[in-house]
Amino acid sequence: MLEQLEGSRAVARAVALCRPEVIPAYPISPQTHIVETLSAMVKDGELSPCEFVNVESEYAAMSVAIGASATGARTYTATASQGLLYMAEALFNASGLGLPIVMTVANRAIGAPINIWNDHSDSMSQRDSGWIQLYAESNQEAVDMHILAFRLAEELSLPVMVCMDGFILTHAYEQVDLPGQEQVDAFLPTYEPRQVLDPADPVTIGAMVGPEAFTEVKYLAHVKMIQALEVIDDLSTELTACLGRDCGGLLRSYRSEDAETIVVALGSVLGTIEDTVDELREQGVKVGAVGIKAFRPFPLEDVRDALGHAKRVVVIEKALALGIGGIVSQNVRSSLAGSTSHVHTVIAGLGGRPITKSSLLRLLEDAVAERLEPMTFLDLNSELVEREIARTRERRRSGPHAENMLRDIGVVAAGPV
Amino acid sequence: MVTAAELLSLAAFDDGRHAQAFPSFGSERTGAPVVSFCRIDEREIRSREPVAEPDALIVQDATLLHQVDVFGGLRPEGYVLINSIRSFDELGLGDWVGDFRHEHLLTVPASGLAREHVGQARPNAALLGGLAALTGVVSLDAVVKAIRTRFPGKLGDGNAAAAEDCFAFVGRELEALSHA
Repeated sequence: MLEQLEGSRAVARAVALCRPEVIPAYPISPQTHIVETLSAMVKDGELSPCEFVNVESEYAAMSVAIGASATGARTYTATASQGLLYMAEALFNASGLGLPIVMTVANRAIGAPINIWNDHSDSMSQRDSGWIQLYAESNQEAVDMHILAFRLAEELSLPVMVCMDGFILTHAYEQVDLPGQEQVDAFLPTYEPRQVLDPADPVTIGAMVGPEAFTEVKYLAHVKMIQALEVIDDLSTELTACLGRDCGGLLRSYRSEDAETIVVALGSVLGTIEDTVDELREQGVKVGAVGIKAFRPFPLEDVRDALGHAKRVVVIEKALALGIGGIVSQNVRSSLAGSTSHVHTVIAGLGGRPITKSSLLRLLEDAVAERLEPMTFLDLNSELVEREIARTRERRRSGPHAENMLRDIGVVAAGPV
Repeated sequence: MVTAAELLSLAAFDDGRHAQAFPSFGSERTGAPVVSFCRIDEREIRSREPVAEPDALIVQDATLLHQVDVFGGLRPEGYVLINSIRSFDELGLGDWVGDFRHEHLLTVPASGLAREHVGQARPNAALLGGLAALTGVVSLDAVVKAIRTRFPGKLGDGNAAAAEDCFAFVGRELEALSHA
């Protein structure tokens, strides 16, 4: 039924429709509303049987999730930012043990400097943790992706992260069509674990593996991840038929078939990008967009097919790999190896800076006019940076950059001048 | 303020429109200036950027008028509804209003109406009733329904009455302006 809902609440209700049996959770903004809603649903008996475990940290959340999943329970949790980092060690255990945990990451920047706003630094830092990573463009897609994620995780016996932009999606009220329980039940059968910890039939999982087989275990995990591409595609088709709307998939192309310039991005910024594409198309500019929905495993071939004909590809990414630049664009470049397309990296929207249509229009005009550098930062305040560099030249102990720059632009919270 | 944008989006949705509401994601300490946005459209809303050029602006706390650039980006045809018992002149906005359409600018005693009907100075509901009357962008029925859905029971009754009163107040003000 079509409803006007907050993103977090919509996701919580979608998760509840998937009948999770254990939810260990620790609150952190901007994810908190999701687990709060779920805990209320468990308390009210609306979500039953389900055990909601208030844990003492994110490390504990993932550890409890691992334990619960290993005993054969359908397990869900959610986190963001430093919380995801705090569970980093356990993330690798969850994937290495092949446990089909589903987790929402409400994307938020990573400090220092501390910042509660949205970007993709958190989930991007864990892109090689062995978890499948899906990125939602809208709250509708976030809902659908969670339903897909449980089935996908259990079919492959792999954990899945559903990434949705913190605040921009989690705190936005917009219309969402939540499926009925019978629709979800038809798509998502009762969990049949591939491995179960059972005192009646004891096994060991999590053995130490030495050089004699470590490579082979990892190789198989990689092959499984690559095979997941096909499963994501197939299950997305199935879910699309089940819900009667376009669901999931590896990527989505928007007016890109005849485009000379294609913008690539992940997550909620795709909406603003599509509006920008429409405006440029009206002016006759051959521009399109491709949204990558599955970032891990990375759909190398699909990306090549979608972008290979473009003169230039502009990758807009909300995370920064210090010392090299883009993360998504590195992957895009791998898929375009041997093609004549030029790939541009544009770092944008870090720490919650809005990505506006007017900035995107300027950016794409520069790209089409061949004025865009291989690597740029959207809306960078160069003067602010220059002044700080000047201060560091003036004095060896010029103070921390973050505080200096805040004081420079007159933000009161910077402390005593 | 966040609740106001949420309620407005609920009302617009109920009127059959697409609506998107979201807060400015600042630090949410009590007393800090807060901005919230709502887009309403006949078609799907894809943009996620903050509203920089609003068609309508609600100012819940008139003490912010001289601290924050609340009118930045407002379009010449834009609507402004300020929660205050004072006029634009008395608020020191006499010079500023020159560029805008006077029948689009109103102050309403929303906090007073809220105190009267709810017992607390929570002006959200009254302001939404006022906005419905000033702009016609949502119906009063949809605003009242949204309020009652979000706040069932007595709280909803009081807030709904505040919205209806403010709707009527704005109607009378506009009537008076048209004869001025």
